[in-house]
Amino acid sequence: MLIRRPLDIRESEVTEERLYLNRRQFIQRAATLGAGLGLAAAASPLISCGTDLDAAGDASAGRSAQQEKLTPYEDVTTYNNFYEFGTGKGDPAKHAHTLVTRPWTISVEGECNKPGVYDIDDILKRYPAEERIYRLRCVETWSMVIPWLGFPLADFITDLEPTSHAKFVEFTTLYDPGQMPGQRRPVLDWPYVEGLRMDEAMHPLTVLAVGLYGKTLPNQNGAPLRLVVPWKYGFKSIKSIVSMRFVREQPISTWMRAAPREYGFYSNVNPEVDHPRWSQKRERRIGELRRRPTQLFNGYAEQVAHLYAGMDLRRYF
Amino acid sequence: MTERRKLLERTLRVGVFLGALVPLARILVHALTGGLGTNPIEELLHRTGWWALAFLMLTLSVTPARQLTGWGALIKLRRMLGLYAFFYASLHFGIYLGLDQFFAVEYILADITDRPYITVGFAALLILIPLAVTSTKGWIKRLGGKRWNRLHKLVYLAAALGVLHFLWLVKADMREPAIFGWILVTLLSYRLLAERLRQRKLRRAKRQGATAALDADPVPARTR
Repeated sequence: MLIRRPLDIRESEVTEERLYLNRRQFIQRAATLGAGLGLAAAASPLISCGTDLDAAGDASAGRSAQQEKLTPYEDVTTYNNFYEFGTGKGDPAKHAHTLVTRPWTISVEGECNKPGVYDIDDILKRYPAEERIYRLRCVETWSMVIPWLGFPLADFITDLEPTSHAKFVEFTTLYDPGQMPGQRRPVLDWPYVEGLRMDEAMHPLTVLAVGLYGKTLPNQNGAPLRLVVPWKYGFKSIKSIVSMRFVREQPISTWMRAAPREYGFYSNVNPEVDHPRWSQKRERRIGELRRRPTQLFNGYAEQVAHLYAGMDLRRYF
Repeated sequence: MTERRKLLERTLRVGVFLGALVPLARILVHALTGGLGTNPIEELLHRTGWWALAFLMLTLSVTPARQLTGWGALIKLRRMLGLYAFFYASLHFGIYLGLDQFFAVEYILADITDRPYITVGFAALLILIPLAVTSTKGWIKRLGGKRWNRLHKLVYLAAALGVLHFLWLVKADMREPAIFGWILVTLLSYRLLAERLRQRKLRRAKRQGATAALDADPVPARTR
């Protein structure tokens, strides 16, 4: 079995962000050139798996997340929602230092043959992290482009051998008001719960992220392990996961519980289905002045639209 | 009125006038130094909106403060605070129009008609316009005190709509809009209570007046 230790290779940790970006551009150009010269095979290992997926998205989206400017590290790590540390966008960065991410285990339960308690370090060793550059669209109408480090959730799930009864996966965030001061107020029904349909969870775009910008995931972004589902609104990408449960029935997520009229189970990015209180037609990309149009499935329609074929997306919002 | 008292009142007025510009100054400084954070337009909207509401609450606090302290000169702050509320509300709306929406008329109209929180916020601003316009001495004279007062009662509606605007845009954390809501409820309850007490006093005075009349009656019918 191939066991790589992905986080040992943190090239971007020793590379300034600007250079890091330039290098990416260089690699991209090299890859484009290389393809023409029949050198694609040589160039492609340099580029993460995410490139192929995003390149596939080009046709539908017109541009891939790779060609869009990355949101600076500073913004990604100081402006986000993580209500466990407060409801202000700057609160997670301010308060998440109290989160202790080692030791950390993920409890796997429910309809699978390999339930148990899995240690984060064993998971990191077993599943090599790769870079995935994804758009992130918040339900509040702001968006970013983030270079995550992670591995496909499908790889983990396959090893857990879910049974045929497993129709959904339910994820839970840590509940510990001592470490997560935001949980001392009942803003939401703690602990935070999210869920995916099995085929969504197994989709190659769905990753468990352990880092961003080539570095270990900062606490405020959901360390040590979080979900990233790029075609859904950001709140579906649950952070600081402590348990995964394979279940028969559709889980009720925290936001569905908080406001069932406003947040559905699917929460796919869709410019045609407005939030009951505001429009989802446009978004403000962080760093840009003018709003840009929001894309169906956040620009990943080519890859994921088939999951919802025949479904009324207004009803299953 | 003593000279000292006059000086105190003038100092208070100038102090409040300048103090009310501090939030604006801070916003400008932050805007020029990148201090508005990652999503500066949203931050501008939040801050100006917050101050518009805060000044509305301050405006509504003037009358209770005057009555409770018995310091009549406080009334001179009311118009200034009210105009500042209008000023920050206008800034808020201007930022929404120009920076947030880039004057995209179709989206703005859709927002105003389809999004209840924007509808009520817009209504609050519309209500504040005639109040700001008629805030001058000339207009008080033109309308007559009674009519002017009746018109300016609309400020309660504007404040309530403003709080609703805040409450309806929040996703889950109601704390801040709820605090504004409680302040408004307290200020309105004070008025209702004060009005009831005044009415009771008036009735009692009337009754006492009647008794006094009886007392004055040449026929001595009662003992004291």
